[in-house]
Amino acid sequence: MNIHEYQAKKLFADNGVPVPAGYLAYSPIEAEFAFRRLKSAVAVVKAQVHAGGRGKGGGVKVVKTAEDAAKIAESMIGMTLVTHQTGPQGKKVHSVYVESGSDIHKEYYLALLLDRATAGVSIVFSKEGGMDIEEVAEKTPEKIVSVSIDPTVGVKGYHLANIAKKAALSASETKELTAIVKNLYKMFFKYDYQMIEINPLVVTGEGKMLALDGKMQFDDNALYRQNEISFMRDFKEEDAREIEASKFGLSYIGLEGNIGCLVNGAGLAMGTMDIIKYYGGEPANFLDVGGGASEEQVKNAFRIILTDKAVKGIFVNIFGGIMKCDTIANGVIAAARELKLQVPLVVRLEGTNVELGKKLLSESGLNITTADGMADGAEKIVKLVKAK
Amino acid sequence: MGIFVGNHTRVITQGITGKSGEFHTTKSHEYAPRFVGGVTPGKGGTHSCGLPVFDTVREAREKTNANASMIFVPPPFAAEAILEAIDAEIETIVCITEGIPVLDMIPVKKALDRLKGRIRLIGPNCPGIIVPGECKIGIMPGHVHKKGVVGIISKSGTLTYEAVGQTSALNLGQSTCIGIGGDPIIGSYYTDLLPHFEADPETKAIVMIGEIGGDLEIKAAQFIKENIKKPVVGFIAGQTAPVGKRMGHAGAIISGGKGTAAEKMDALRAAGVHVVESPAEIGRTVAKVLGR
Repeated sequence: MNIHEYQAKKLFADNGVPVPAGYLAYSPIEAEFAFRRLKSAVAVVKAQVHAGGRGKGGGVKVVKTAEDAAKIAESMIGMTLVTHQTGPQGKKVHSVYVESGSDIHKEYYLALLLDRATAGVSIVFSKEGGMDIEEVAEKTPEKIVSVSIDPTVGVKGYHLANIAKKAALSASETKELTAIVKNLYKMFFKYDYQMIEINPLVVTGEGKMLALDGKMQFDDNALYRQNEISFMRDFKEEDAREIEASKFGLSYIGLEGNIGCLVNGAGLAMGTMDIIKYYGGEPANFLDVGGGASEEQVKNAFRIILTDKAVKGIFVNIFGGIMKCDTIANGVIAAARELKLQVPLVVRLEGTNVELGKKLLSESGLNITTADGMADGAEKIVKLVKAK
Repeated sequence: MGIFVGNHTRVITQGITGKSGEFHTTKSHEYAPRFVGGVTPGKGGTHSCGLPVFDTVREAREKTNANASMIFVPPPFAAEAILEAIDAEIETIVCITEGIPVLDMIPVKKALDRLKGRIRLIGPNCPGIIVPGECKIGIMPGHVHKKGVVGIISKSGTLTYEAVGQTSALNLGQSTCIGIGGDPIIGSYYTDLLPHFEADPETKAIVMIGEIGGDLEIKAAQFIKENIKKPVVGFIAGQTAPVGKRMGHAGAIISGGKGTAAEKMDALRAAGVHVVESPAEIGRTVAKVLGR
């Protein structure tokens, strides 16, 4: 789950991580009053969408008067913002965040992330803030300092002292950073994060550190115990089909291609996308119906795949472990009938009662092609879609 | 005799009275009768699947002499169930549960580390472990397996069945198959298991199935290069996966351009692994490297 910048900053502020003052505005008049309330000579108006690269797309503007704040807000709210992360269709802006301008002296980078290898938390720091950290890691890896924290020990002063030493931080900077990292570390466990990234973490002219941005990755598995975070979910920012799929316990992710995929299991679903590509086709989606998909789930899966108008054919690839193939076949037939399926459908079934399943499919009177194995199925659907 | 489990294994199911626990205990016990009991707090003294149910793992172990556990406890309580099994000194713990909060797994991993391999956890979020004909602890369809020479280590469930199906069809069969799980923090990594497959006399070739996200496959590649003499066939799922999207499994996410399939495939190739681009080629490639 992702959250907005203003929400991330509220979480920071509530937990002792300093951020610039700011207010959310849904209208130009709110933006105007937000500017006045800030009592700051300069403010930044920032479009609130779930995507990075907003500055380059025109979603971040500096203003010096309340009237300008209103004017910029007027132009931003309702606009479709296109950045390198939104895709060409862009994202509609529903609100803006009006934030005090900061006297930026230096820009650093700070992140806390789950360290899978040690089952700990890594703290990553760099003096090269404001740029893409992957780029820094590639070109100047020596400029990145990281330490791994054992959660049974927790974050201690010496961890920070080691970071400060390697990064050559001043005494006052070390003090500021220590307080911020200790609070972030507490937040990490309080809110079930997988990652918190602050880029840039700025040092002001007065020597204060401020989180100017906050990127957060939560653990979806833990949302059941994170009500405060769950309530921050903004459904407008998410793909409608992904939301629809999640209602039925299906995992769906839309892609750019034209062959719809319906598969059981995440690994096999990815493998199916890969094999379609291997035979020269392009998958339209990732869709995992889960290990024990029911007839109802198969039907909903078809419906969701078909809401993507780019889909020119569907490949069903089910390795029935627990489920019997005839049950799955009946689900596919019912869905194809009810949804009056127009596009070619290739079905590959494996598991118990596979012969009966195939017989049901071929005798259904529907335009269904059966396949032996996933290679055969992928080859067939790619051919059928290309022939259209 | 397979790796970790076999005819000697005595299994209990934690969460045996739940719907999935009951169903899969029945299926696994039908496949090979290695189950000796189950645990559900508050239901001690009753029976499920024709087996005695106990209140605690320790009691179950004392009464049945169990040396393995299959866990079907719901996600909010699953990490504690694993810790209980560790505390009761169950040697092989297989956690099937999907959706455990990642941070809950930190104390589990730390507890396992302290025991330095005396207790082994497989999973969570995995299909389990099977030694064909001897012992099945998990949700995999038993009938697609066949006793044979291929050892399989995989992050995925159904993709493992795919590899099993192909190697069975080619009459190669399997020695031991282990699904390690698709979560960010799991009990056993490839590098923990590969030495056992290398040492296992039944295993003639190893199939390693990975996916996007994390760097376990990269570490495995390094390990294979230095330590594994047996032929290894590899596949990485998610060559076509977009960056930043969680592909079903909590661990399957390409973050910051890291953990891509291409990167992992290159590392495996450089380690001498026979990497296949299509998951349908796994079986045939194993046959080829074994000269069959």
